[in-house]
Amino acid sequence: MDITILLNAMPGAIAQGLIWGIMAIGVYITYKVLDVADLTVDGTMCTGGAVSIMMMLSGHNIWFSLFVAVLAGMLAGLVTGVFHTAMGIPAILAGILTQLSLYSINLKVMGKSNQAISVEKYDLLVSLRYIKGVPFYQNTIFIVAIFTIIIIAVLYWFFGTELGCSLRATGCNPNMSRAQGINTKWSVVLGLMISNGLVALSSALFSQYQGFADINMGRGAIVIGLAAVIIGNVVFEKIFHNFALKLLSVSIGAVIYYVVLQVVIWIGLDTDLLKLLSALVVAFFLAVPYWKKEYFTKPIKRGED
Amino acid sequence: MLDVQKIYKTFNPGTVNEKRALNGLSLQLAEGDFVTVIGGNGAGKSTLLNALAGTWLVDAGHILINGTDVTKMPEFKRAKFLGRVFQDPMMGTAATMEIAENLALAARRGERRGLSKGINRKELEEYRELLAMLDLGLEDRLTSKVGLLSGGQRQAVTLLMATLKRPKLLLLDEHTAALDPKTAAKVLETTNKIVTKDHLTTLMITHNMRDAIVNGNRLIMMSNGKIILDISGEEKKRLTVDDLLQKFAVASGEKFDDDRTLLS
Repeated sequence: MDITILLNAMPGAIAQGLIWGIMAIGVYITYKVLDVADLTVDGTMCTGGAVSIMMMLSGHNIWFSLFVAVLAGMLAGLVTGVFHTAMGIPAILAGILTQLSLYSINLKVMGKSNQAISVEKYDLLVSLRYIKGVPFYQNTIFIVAIFTIIIIAVLYWFFGTELGCSLRATGCNPNMSRAQGINTKWSVVLGLMISNGLVALSSALFSQYQGFADINMGRGAIVIGLAAVIIGNVVFEKIFHNFALKLLSVSIGAVIYYVVLQVVIWIGLDTDLLKLLSALVVAFFLAVPYWKKEYFTKPIKRGED
Repeated sequence: MLDVQKIYKTFNPGTVNEKRALNGLSLQLAEGDFVTVIGGNGAGKSTLLNALAGTWLVDAGHILINGTDVTKMPEFKRAKFLGRVFQDPMMGTAATMEIAENLALAARRGERRGLSKGINRKELEEYRELLAMLDLGLEDRLTSKVGLLSGGQRQAVTLLMATLKRPKLLLLDEHTAALDPKTAAKVLETTNKIVTKDHLTTLMITHNMRDAIVNGNRLIMMSNGKIILDISGEEKKRLTVDDLLQKFAVASGEKFDDDRTLLS
């Protein structure tokens, strides 16, 4: 085992982690802020890439392509939100339905299961090639870090506004929110739209990074997103209390995930087993709060109700 | 202020668990009325409050608040007329948000929530003064998460939230029932203080007959989804718990069967 191979792989792992970190921030908004598990993201994690690459291939400006990709993601979130709030479908199932629909939509958008974009012919923002030997302002890690900081700043501002506060309240206590005049259905729909918009942006960047969009690129995305949220939470829980820092910890969580993944590959683990491993790790960490509650809390005496 | 006209509500219709919880109930409240509500288990007290709050829609009848027909209005829209405090101290506040943030949410009840700041410096001073009035030492803990507070403190904060923006109607659903006697007395005292100061029209459910007699200017007793007793004015002032039990027996033709109410 040659350590230089691992070290050489690290910048790539960090870049990938940062890109997926944007997706994980989207997952954080639904899972932690709104308390909704949204499986739409497995579909949106391909939609963003599919839309942006097809736009660029047909000659559109890269920024405009990213913008439309984000809109497409928000639309997917809107659909899940409508399934959930207007049709009474449980959130998880609503997400699965949208995710399945997106499989067809993504295929139709791309026309086939895979669409490549050449970094030589197109002026891409991020790429595998822009990791080493380019000026720092062209470096993918630098560019995605800037994206992440801007996103965190905007979200920090937004969740401090009246509207943002009503979203946080909805996730924390929907009964109380309605009693205070908050339209909780709209809050959930809006949260799903913001979340999926971010996931689509992440997807668009990731497909540029790897040079193609693929129909399967979103498979299991929710697990990676959750893993990043959980890792970030476990590592920084004690020191990061501010909302912006919590979002940052999610992004760092995604980087840690990809770095660990790289190490595991370097050690020589069969890569076919990676998804199994990720799922088990996430399952374990999801169980921790439950176990804590079930086995490690003292019973509290309550008065008559 | 409140005009309830013959409302009906049946839960689980067509099943073995069918339960007619509100049975053609009518009730009129004048501005400034402070009405206490008592009744046995399943009498429909909480159902009445939930019907007014719009937790679900009634099967038949009409509800008017301050002249506005709210019968078909969803809960979150009706909220602009109402202040509510629930029995469970966990229900009325957002645990993961700061005390000040909770109050700020309540201060915007019934208003459009846009992109201006969720809480501004000017409000903070105002909240500090209001919290000081509670006399629970919360005025120095504006940025503490509500989840860290005791049940009584949370209930007091919920009470502030319910009345921060003067409601047309204040709904209190056994809001002291889950608290220890001392805290319960304090929360009730604060309730009286706020209701008197702001001259609020109030509907308060209680399982404590003495509280029901001592507080407010009017008392109603419910049984089987209807109001069977309605006492106000001088008659209420002279009322004793024994009177009340006797009146219940006469009005309903049965004995008052709620142990909890009798024991407390």
